Amino acid sequence: MIKINSLTKRFGAHVAVDNLSFDVQPGEVLGFLGPNGAGKSTTMKMLTGFLTPDGGSASVCGFNIQTQILQAQQQMGYLPEGAPCYGDMRVKGFLEFIASVRGFSGAEKQRLVARAVEQVELQGVLNQSIETLSKGFKRRVGLAQAILHDPKVLILDEPTDGLDPNQKHQVRNLIQQLAGGSNKIVIISTHILEEVSAVCTRAVVIAHGRLLADGTPDELEARSRYHQAVTVALEQPVDHAPLLALPGVLDIESQREGRLLTVLAQPDAVIFPVIGQYAREHQWPVKELSVERGRLDEVFRRLTTEEAA
Amino acid sequence: MKNLGVIFKRELASYFATPLAYIFIVIFLVLSAVFTFYLGGFYEGGQADLNAFFNFHPWLYLFLVPAVAMRLWAEERKSGTIELLMTLPVSRSDMVLGKFLAAWVFIGIALLLTFPIIVTVNYLGSPDNGAIFTGYLGSWLLAGGYLAIGSCMSALTKNQVIAFIVSVVACFVFIVSGFPLVLDLFSSWAPQWLLDAIASLSFLIRFDAISKGVLDLRDLLYFISLMAVWLFATAIVIDLKKAD
Repeated sequence: MIKINSLTKRFGAHVAVDNLSFDVQPGEVLGFLGPNGAGKSTTMKMLTGFLTPDGGSASVCGFNIQTQILQAQQQMGYLPEGAPCYGDMRVKGFLEFIASVRGFSGAEKQRLVARAVEQVELQGVLNQSIETLSKGFKRRVGLAQAILHDPKVLILDEPTDGLDPNQKHQVRNLIQQLAGGSNKIVIISTHILEEVSAVCTRAVVIAHGRLLADGTPDELEARSRYHQAVTVALEQPVDHAPLLALPGVLDIESQREGRLLTVLAQPDAVIFPVIGQYAREHQWPVKELSVERGRLDEVFRRLTTEEAA
Repeated sequence: MKNLGVIFKRELASYFATPLAYIFIVIFLVLSAVFTFYLGGFYEGGQADLNAFFNFHPWLYLFLVPAVAMRLWAEERKSGTIELLMTLPVSRSDMVLGKFLAAWVFIGIALLLTFPIIVTVNYLGSPDNGAIFTGYLGSWLLAGGYLAIGSCMSALTKNQVIAFIVSVVACFVFIVSGFPLVLDLFSSWAPQWLLDAIASLSFLIRFDAISKGVLDLRDLLYFISLMAVWLFATAIVIDLKKAD
């Protein structure tokens, strides 16, 4: 497991990570969320031993990152932001280098390289030099490097940033595959919220280096004002003012000249049945009626901008 | 120490993965020939030794060794691979030494490729081959000294050009520290022991002795401790500036 205790990092007068504390248990896929400059990468860099904390402490699988960093690094696979790799090396040579550094040799090394290559589908480019690869392939080389030794802890800094939708999908599938059913810890930093709903079992939101929210993606969605809201798509506009009088209704947002209504629910209220009933009784020309789970991006924006204000 | 070899192998191979190694070797060989035969007057000297060859090495290395050293750390920093390297379970000393040794061996390979000059001088006369061997050793040690300085300068910046220029200047200071140019700055006020200490730091005086075939343990120690100090400084600089 990972324990982070009052971790702090300053760059000059700027406090990048400010007294951050949280734990991550085996089996969790943690989405690390926050606007750019929130301190996500800095936290990851401290965990992986690239940066030294200015205060607080952290441990990975029981190894203190300040005093036992080499042991901690053995347990971790890390994909730095932008997936830097030695461009002049060939893919195979690079992965063999990583395996050697991680202490493998001979048949075991070949087996691990072959497995990582298969997992991220690099078979076609093994003998190409890395600098000639496309962005998607480079990212996969970075991932292969991180998962090569089957680490207990996998830390991925913006693994899908800058990839096209198909590549994003592939990387997400891969992360799910890696995490699925195992007792690994996966930490992914991102500012793409769909990613969190798609792959994470837990989301931690930070801004200005401070923890703002910590919960499952469902819990975060429940904090949205759109949680349990009902969206009504109509053939033509109707008089929707009476809805406000129904129990549990908080507010109504109207779009597309009244043909798309979003009826917001009061906290903990479930309003879908009453809205549906009302629409039927008044014979509204309803095209579509649906309940929203909540909008993560709205929660994210509210959390991170309230903090700034 | 277990990863020293792994880092060393990767680094050495990376020289030969690009045209850099071949260009460097060709330029090194051409320049040393030009210096030896035209400027050094190898034939005109009429001596069966390689003084004309070794005499120019401090000046030849002044530009060529920083050109090798500049990429050691600056490139890692520029491309971001320093983050990859430093989050792998590799100790700081393995990284610094592995990279340094790879560059040093690479320069050693270039130096060995000057062997036709040994053949030539043996053909023309009967030189003291022991002295020639010592000269080669001294030349390699000298290159190591320059390289250790360059390694530290390369760790200071992500800009290879700056790393190159600063290394050249720093190496130049070490060359001329035994010259009046530097000593005159101190002679009016500094005590004699300090003047002696500064003069004894000079590459030239140390190298001169070794290149003539006199291998003094003190000169050997000088080069080795010089390298150790600069490499230690490299490790410190990397720790201080890794995130910049």
